[in-house]
Amino acid sequence: MSGLSAGIRLAHFGKKVAILERHDRVGGLNSYYSLGGYDIDVGLHAVTNYALSRKSPTGALGKILRQLRIRPEELDLSPQKKSRISFPSVTLDFTNDFAYFIEAINEAFPSQKDNFRTLVAKVEKHDPFKTASAPQSTREMLLSIIREPLLVEMLLAPLMYYGNPIENDMDFRQFVIMFKSIYMEGFARPKRGVRQILDLLVERFENKGGELKLNSGVQDIVVKDGKAKGVELYDGTYLPCRSILSSAGRLETIALCPETAPKGKQPKAGVMAFSESVNILDKHPQELGFEHSIIFFSNRDKFRFRRPDEPFEVNDGVICVPDNFEYETPLQTDMVRITNKADHRFWEKINRLQNLPTKKEWHQKSLEAASTVGRHMPDISKNLKFVDIFTPRTVERYTGHIHGAVYGAPVKVWDGVTPVENLFLCGTDQGFLGIIGTMLSGISIANQHLLQ
Amino acid sequence: MDKSQLREAVIDIIKSIAPDEDLNGIDGEKPLREQIDLDSMDFLDIVMELRVRYKVDVPEQDYPALNTLQGTVDYLHPKMGNV
Repeated sequence: MSGLSAGIRLAHFGKKVAILERHDRVGGLNSYYSLGGYDIDVGLHAVTNYALSRKSPTGALGKILRQLRIRPEELDLSPQKKSRISFPSVTLDFTNDFAYFIEAINEAFPSQKDNFRTLVAKVEKHDPFKTASAPQSTREMLLSIIREPLLVEMLLAPLMYYGNPIENDMDFRQFVIMFKSIYMEGFARPKRGVRQILDLLVERFENKGGELKLNSGVQDIVVKDGKAKGVELYDGTYLPCRSILSSAGRLETIALCPETAPKGKQPKAGVMAFSESVNILDKHPQELGFEHSIIFFSNRDKFRFRRPDEPFEVNDGVICVPDNFEYETPLQTDMVRITNKADHRFWEKINRLQNLPTKKEWHQKSLEAASTVGRHMPDISKNLKFVDIFTPRTVERYTGHIHGAVYGAPVKVWDGVTPVENLFLCGTDQGFLGIIGTMLSGISIANQHLLQ
Repeated sequence: MDKSQLREAVIDIIKSIAPDEDLNGIDGEKPLREQIDLDSMDFLDIVMELRVRYKVDVPEQDYPALNTLQGTVDYLHPKMGNV
């Protein structure tokens, strides 16, 4: 998605540009597949940064759409109903009206009213795209302002789930981006899900003269004297080029340049990986009592964001109900998606024969933890018509991202620069995360390095 | 291109970048960014559109000349008389 966004910019301004996709469809970490007669999205639960209701193009989404010459209505977004942060003793609901969330916090944590206002003021003042600051601990920052540790955990859970590559803490800059994206600007969803966005990006890219080559995985980036000369595809085709923008990830991209022997200490790969179950029910989720668009839950007051030591961490997660958005005509996919953190080490090693039964076993545990144990959602175990489960192994296989770590490496390359002069990074490892972040990443790196 | 054609050409560029803005009542003497919602990314896009559409390069030190619509037209006129 970052590559398509960059491609649209480059093609729009007259550059000759080809996008090389190793898979038979576009999207990478935000893609789709069909199974059992169902259309299933990967990645995207909802588009963040909605804020269109204010008709203001100043929000992140408005900025991106302008850059891509896309009109907001082309995305066909429907706003969320409401979402929930559900912890053992407290729940907080939020909508696309930030005042609603402030009120919910004031009610649940009356002593923190002023402190939360202080935090919001701090977030509003911080421009995450201008300051090239050293990483700063969000937990420390939050605990210095907010005196209720439970509120800190509850604020962090959705933001970490939707865009944090590091364990236990979050870079404050990333926190600010995600806080604005989710709490202040809100969620919406295209009726056709991620396909709507991808189809639009592809159409725009091709209409502007860009060339999209599917099933064209890059085997090697040919580098001479510190400059990329071209790429060699899996099928042996050689394509010369002037510059390359890679969304494959930092380590993944460097691994494609055999001539560039890495010097010194190598950056670490990401370890935050997830599993997701797609549950098709025998009735509409609302009939079973689902009211929310998205539920972020934890069975513990202290939210743990780290690689689990078990195959799935079932005691916290995200529940997404695509049908529960405010569509003009109701949607009936009868789908409930449940995301849990997962241990990529376990799934990388698993024997092929054990893969499916193990997934089923952990899916059962995941359902129980979210429903009968944690009471964050209705029990759906008797209403399942179809289930598909993907793990970090699936993500790595289809996207090539090491460990299936959807938010990439813990240390980001904000300027997109690599040791190879005309090779740049966009996407996950550049640093802007989430659905809007990924598009912004492609746009800003293309602007900065290839269009100026 | 005469000045009124040039004015139309610039408005056309702004419209392509910010289709949601009403450009009818633009006061040519007042700063554009006080009248319509253009951020710095949009502004750079105006410069790039000029380059692609009319092959005019606007060096960074000349950006202040593009603050107003009239300023933009006056600045571009001698540069693109032959377009």
